[in-house]
Amino acid sequence: MQNIDKIIDKWNADSDYVIEMMQDIQDEFKHIPRKALEQVTKKTKVPLARLYHIATFYKSFSLKPRGKFEIQVCTGTACHVKGAALILDAFERELNIQTGETTKDKLFSLEGVRCLGCCSLAPVITIGEDLYGEVKTADIPKLIAKYKGGEK
Amino acid sequence: MNIEQLKKIQTETLSKLDKYKAALMICAGTGCVSAGSFTLKDLLEKEIKKRNMENDILVVPTGCNGFCAQGPIMVIQPEGIFYQKVKPEDIPEIIDNLLEGKYVERLLYKDLKTKQAIPKMDDIRFFGKQQLIALRNKGIINPENIEDAIARGAYQALAKVLKTNKEDIIKEIIKSGIRGRGGGGFPTGVKWESALKAAEKKNEEPYVICNADEGDPGAFMDRSIVEADPHTVIEGMAIGALAVGAKEGFVYIRNEYPLALKRLEIAIKQAHEKGLLGKNILDSDFCFDIHIHRGAGAFVCGESSALMASMSGRAGEPRAKYVHNVEVGYRGKPTVLNNVETWANIPVIIDKGAKWFASIGSGDVSENPWNGSSGTKVFSLVGNIVNSGLVEVPMGITLREIIYDIGGGIPNGRKFKAIQTGGPSGGCIPADQLDLPVDFDSLTEAGSMMGSGGMIVMDDKTCMVDVAKYFISFLKDESCGKCTPCREGLISLFEILNRITKGEGKEGDIELMKEIAETMEVASLCALGQTAAYPVLSTIRYFRDEYEAHIKDKKCPAGVCKPLITYSVNDNCTGCTICARNCPVDAISGKVKEKHFINTDKCIKCNVCYEVCKFKAITVE
Repeated sequence: MQNIDKIIDKWNADSDYVIEMMQDIQDEFKHIPRKALEQVTKKTKVPLARLYHIATFYKSFSLKPRGKFEIQVCTGTACHVKGAALILDAFERELNIQTGETTKDKLFSLEGVRCLGCCSLAPVITIGEDLYGEVKTADIPKLIAKYKGGEK
Repeated sequence: MNIEQLKKIQTETLSKLDKYKAALMICAGTGCVSAGSFTLKDLLEKEIKKRNMENDILVVPTGCNGFCAQGPIMVIQPEGIFYQKVKPEDIPEIIDNLLEGKYVERLLYKDLKTKQAIPKMDDIRFFGKQQLIALRNKGIINPENIEDAIARGAYQALAKVLKTNKEDIIKEIIKSGIRGRGGGGFPTGVKWESALKAAEKKNEEPYVICNADEGDPGAFMDRSIVEADPHTVIEGMAIGALAVGAKEGFVYIRNEYPLALKRLEIAIKQAHEKGLLGKNILDSDFCFDIHIHRGAGAFVCGESSALMASMSGRAGEPRAKYVHNVEVGYRGKPTVLNNVETWANIPVIIDKGAKWFASIGSGDVSENPWNGSSGTKVFSLVGNIVNSGLVEVPMGITLREIIYDIGGGIPNGRKFKAIQTGGPSGGCIPADQLDLPVDFDSLTEAGSMMGSGGMIVMDDKTCMVDVAKYFISFLKDESCGKCTPCREGLISLFEILNRITKGEGKEGDIELMKEIAETMEVASLCALGQTAAYPVLSTIRYFRDEYEAHIKDKKCPAGVCKPLITYSVNDNCTGCTICARNCPVDAISGKVKEKHFINTDKCIKCNVCYEVCKFKAITVE
């Protein structure tokens, strides 16, 4: 709760900056807990319904917790023509989840994102903070193993 | 700080830089950073320290060089030697050779035709045809050091116009002919003029905003400009603010661009410290401040009224624009919204003059900015192209020059099929129109548009129906859902395209899609919906036979649409077993050194066998 207050105060509880507050909350908790939204409502006087509207409208927010490693497969145009859909399929197959879901062990979540702006390296993915370019479908099992290995 | 002090920083920094014998410019754009350029920078500094040469060789992390596919990139100045794909183990050799005045041959770029190594950056064809205005400082300055920018002339244009009256600044911008680089192509000066008039009439303080919400997939011009030279954006905004009488400015930047955001924050802070932002800028009466708003992942927020809604802490839904933003914009005040690249051009226009700027590009804009496209445009040249990267070229250059002279053509011996410009609302231009000059009006005539500058090259392995489906699926997800024609139209289009790519297309589908498209164009609220069907219309216009192959013959000629294709092994197979070992569903069988076989009942068409096969033995039909 203290962290939430700190975030809200950082933006002076200014209602113009609720999106920024929610971004910080998302970074902190890996999702937007209801508790946090209630606190934002209390301090900024922005109605809870509007905060939910924002939380479900923008792609960077998630109401459910995401995994420790967020896998983002870029599905921008350059990546698409270079086979991004096949990469996404490969992750779904290897992790046994659908896009948008999190693995049972809470280690990986899988998302398709709209252009990471590294189009010259297409197809591009990010796992956590690491960016990988010119990815091949055949590389996916190795990549997943790398992060699973680091966890142990 | 006053103008004399600004000039003093410039001369002092220049003479400080002059003392070094060489400067190693390491590209630290997002692409090269992911390829390890920060590690390289640290190791270089260590090596130079080890040799006690800190006063002779300078290491500078720069913004995006543009030739991202070759990263990490290092350019040695003053000679301009270009090294590509540099690895940590190359460092000692690079420095040894530098001291002897020689090159490391294997790190040089090789010409595609002659296979000869080209030591100097300017001699490489990718760079040769470019003309840099917005990207003039890319790879030359450290974007996190304001003194570097000042040494290259930053804030001199602002100093030049501090005493000029508002109308004269605006006149200069109109005369330059510059049109908005974000996609709309509206004359920038005319926009400023309307905002100034509205502000004076209503006696209100206007705002200036920089749109850095680069949502077009396949485009990264704005990210690169901010990462390479954030001060040119700040200076451009300050000049705009001065011209319309604004005291506050905002940058709305995409959350997906953490490095650009960080560099912008640093640049704003440094500009404050130097008195180039804040109160009484350069000892004048002019006060101006810039705040940052982060986007949260919504494509529609690139639209002006949605962007302003998002900046007010609401969902990014556009409004009907009977009243323009220049009159009633952010917080109800007159607002000038320009894109990153437009702002980045402003200081150069002021510095070198409108006449100079207008002489570049196509058409004659001296009487009216609508009569042509002046200046340069930055494009991100990506997709199935050899030299993929960021290029800045004069307006009016042909697509052929961009694709073949700069881009080096299509890789893997494949054929050019189409080039997609203008983002999701743009269109695909076929091979017989490659001599089209690239400017605002010619591209629109061809059924596409300039957009913000993404250029995605597609080879003959690209299915145009799939591309149309891709864009419609993108826009379907990104439509804010407020107005019915856009929301429902996109869903209908997607359903039809989805059927066609599954082999369930019907006679009359093409006509139905055209009808939906027409309705969306006239009835949608904002530009997103009005132009959303363009990818469908342009692919029907130029690639109708491909639609018909899907609908009538139930075939995907490019071999992309999964339900319509099968994988098989051809006679090139040497029996190396690599495909069988990599197949995730064990659908491939065969003995060593004998032709393999794919069980089509088991095959999930994941393309892994095609990728790993070294003998082109997998056929996709």
